[in-house]
Amino acid sequence: MHDNEHTEHHHEESFISKYIFSLDHKTIGKQFLIYGLIMFFVGGGLALLFRWQLAYPDQPLPIIGASQQYIDDGEVVTGADRMWERIYDSDKEEWLEVNMPSGVITPEFYNMLFTMHATIMVFFVVVPILVGAFGNFLIPLMIGTRDMAFPILNMLSFWLAVLAAIVMVLGFFVPGGHASAGWTGYAPLSADPQWTGVEWGLNLWAISLLLQGFSSLVGSINYITTIINMRAPGMTFFRMPLVIWSLFIVAILLLLAFPVLSSALALLIFDRLAGTTFFSATAEGGGDPLLWQHLFWFFGHPEVYILILPGMGIASELIAVFSRKPIFGYRSMVYAMIAIAFLGWIVWGHHMFQSGMRPGLGSIFMTTTMLIAVPSAIKTFNWMGTMFRGSIRFTTPMLHGIAFVSMFVIGGLSGIYMANTPVDIFIHDTYYIVAHIHYVVFGGSLFAIFGGIIFWFPKMYGRYMNDVLAKIHFWLTFIAFNCTFFPMHILGVGGHMRRISNPQQYEFLQGFEGMNIFITMSAFTLGFAQLILVFNFFWSMYKGKVAEQNPWQVNTLEWEAPTPVPHGNFGQIPTVHRGPYEYSVPGEESDWIPQAQPEHAPATSGD
Amino acid sequence: MLQWLPENVSTYGQSVDNLFYAIYYLTLIVFILVMGTLIFFLIKYRHQEGKKADYIEGSTTLEIVWTAATTVIVFVLAMFSYPQWNNIKSPTQFPENPDVVVQVSGKQFNWDMTYPGPDNEFGTDDDLELENELHVPMDAVVHIRLTSVDVIHSFFVPQLRLKQDALPNRFINVWFEATKAGRYEIPCAELCGFGHSGMLGYLNVHTQADYDAWVQERWPQ
Ligand code: HEM
Ligand SMILES: [Cu+2]
Ligand SMILES: [Cu+2]
Repeated sequence: MHDNEHTEHHHEESFISKYIFSLDHKTIGKQFLIYGLIMFFVGGGLALLFRWQLAYPDQPLPIIGASQQYIDDGEVVTGADRMWERIYDSDKEEWLEVNMPSGVITPEFYNMLFTMHATIMVFFVVVPILVGAFGNFLIPLMIGTRDMAFPILNMLSFWLAVLAAIVMVLGFFVPGGHASAGWTGYAPLSADPQWTGVEWGLNLWAISLLLQGFSSLVGSINYITTIINMRAPGMTFFRMPLVIWSLFIVAILLLLAFPVLSSALALLIFDRLAGTTFFSATAEGGGDPLLWQHLFWFFGHPEVYILILPGMGIASELIAVFSRKPIFGYRSMVYAMIAIAFLGWIVWGHHMFQSGMRPGLGSIFMTTTMLIAVPSAIKTFNWMGTMFRGSIRFTTPMLHGIAFVSMFVIGGLSGIYMANTPVDIFIHDTYYIVAHIHYVVFGGSLFAIFGGIIFWFPKMYGRYMNDVLAKIHFWLTFIAFNCTFFPMHILGVGGHMRRISNPQQYEFLQGFEGMNIFITMSAFTLGFAQLILVFNFFWSMYKGKVAEQNPWQVNTLEWEAPTPVPHGNFGQIPTVHRGPYEYSVPGEESDWIPQAQPEHAPATSGD
Repeated sequence: MLQWLPENVSTYGQSVDNLFYAIYYLTLIVFILVMGTLIFFLIKYRHQEGKKADYIEGSTTLEIVWTAATTVIVFVLAMFSYPQWNNIKSPTQFPENPDVVVQVSGKQFNWDMTYPGPDNEFGTDDDLELENELHVPMDAVVHIRLTSVDVIHSFFVPQLRLKQDALPNRFINVWFEATKAGRYEIPCAELCGFGHSGMLGYLNVHTQADYDAWVQERWPQ
């Protein structure tokens, strides 16, 4: 009797333990996904604000900006004018008044905007979604186990990330404003408040990143342990899907890279609060500003590969499934990722060619950087080999997979220019870099994320996402993305510096006004297109077409689990009989053979 | 795309531009080949009723070929770049006996230029300090002693194809030889605070006669 009651109680978890403080890897994965999407809008909104300033320097923002009459002679014309009138009349220094008087973004606020845009996109959107959401959701399901090795650590990792996000956003509202030294936080600008006037904003930036680093660290320990110890019977390392390989490698990179950033941040906080001079070269102290750059980029370059490797993994799944073919060169794909992970540690100096580092070192880092282009090329050729003589289905996830490959090609090729030290003299710290970053991180990682969301949505929520909306979102995003970021290469070739709030101040940039306006209009289109995705996401959660267990006819284990996936994932842990990409095997009737299907059984459905 | 490059007015600028062009054509060809093949595959191998994909697991030969080919290409590229890089940035390879030496110091948010004066020594009475105006003769080797008094700035003259960060408490030497008289902007290229945008100096390249006149005016003998 008593016993029975107990188990019943266990099954009916309370709302809090089921959806909030959940220990289930799938719920935590979904939490990270929604967290990342929310932060995506915060980060994107900041970008639209500073894009406005770049296109229309020192003109009031639309909607909330004051009218020209009001600015010229104080005549209240619009509703916004009335708001500004009230703000100027009040005795308090209001937030809007400090940061954008009459709707005009101040140079100080401009610097905060791009600093926080990049910080949020890198640390609070792409990593949480790729690693936190896909990592958590997919790892146990795809290797065939019931949960992560350390569910409590897993929950801790999510809530630390929430705390970090709250601290990061709060930074905007402390006196002195938010961090404004760039996402790279170069010292001594970042190390001494006297250079920026920013006091607690930058401290909070550093503290938040410390928390986020801790969250990643905890998560990565969990991933590594789970993948090494908890694979289903028969799931050898070389039967793991490439996305699991990519997450495994990324977890190792996170484990090794984040402590470097954390130590640098700790030293920075000492410099700011305790009067040390690790990063300042003053007469009294013996520090060195370049030390910060070395530490930051020793973390930072592995970090950029953390941003792309899971995207590569996801794209590999999508391309194999929808070409109905095995991955071309599965093992070389794995070795290429391992090579990238190793080489990623010895290329950081390519961010410092013009920093005053010894020129001889520049030549060495050019060589290693050129080398890392090789595994990237290998991966691209293998994706094309996978499509070669395939039977390609142009589903929406596949469109994203193809977009990933083509945008990554552009981003990789633009990397060659900057790896070339003499050419980098000219394009370093220009919009050329901005174009490069966005082709790899937006064109690469984000397209993979979108594709992955649509692909795994049926397993996450038991329903399809609406395909018409998803296709509209894809095409709008693809076109607007290229219109936004491709012209930035041209700005870079023209010498247009990054991180300047008003290009009109320079004679040699006068010709670029039209292009800046075009980019801003494209950026707004790109931003609004993302609303379609989010609407589709939440609408389909409740109203989408109900999905069968394995709607895309995929071999990997996550599709063996019933939908919606119960606590514990599998009724009985599946046994793995083959690699993940046995599509279109000759002599077989069906064009797919699930990993868990025993030998010689007729291939029919998922179980 | 490269017609957007600002006019080049330095002796070594052409070698930078040549590399830029070489990489441009190289990457353009790679891009067209890769995208062309991709689009061809997408059309040719689209799903058709009753047609199954071919079961191909890979090809070791192909893997070796494309690994070797890309490695060779990037190394050849690197080989061509080392000398140019050293020519511009390695102090041991600078042309000796500069015609003019100037110290340029970044300071939120200006460029301070210091001329050593006729005695060619910094820190003496005949030094000349100018804010944001750098004067040099045409067709002459100029050495710049770059430093900063506060945060990192970056000395950028687009038309010279020269960029170098200026660091506090360090003196970094760079050089150039301008080939055309004119007035060129010297923006700061490294974020240095709220006034970073608009931190701007000018490089005035004079003909030798004009430059001599300018010197005569500053240090009358
Ligand atoms: C073929 C491979 C690549 C090469 C050769 C390459 C090369 C470079 C170089 C030389 C720079 C520094 C440029 C400068 O500051 O002057 C750079 C910057 C950057 N790269 Fe790459 N890159 C490659 C791939 C990637 C990937 C895959 C990512 C990320 C997903 C990435 C993200 C970034 C970011 C974020 C920066 C700028 C950081 C900043 O200054 O704010 N790159 N890349
Ligand atoms: Cu890098
Ligand atoms: Cu600056």
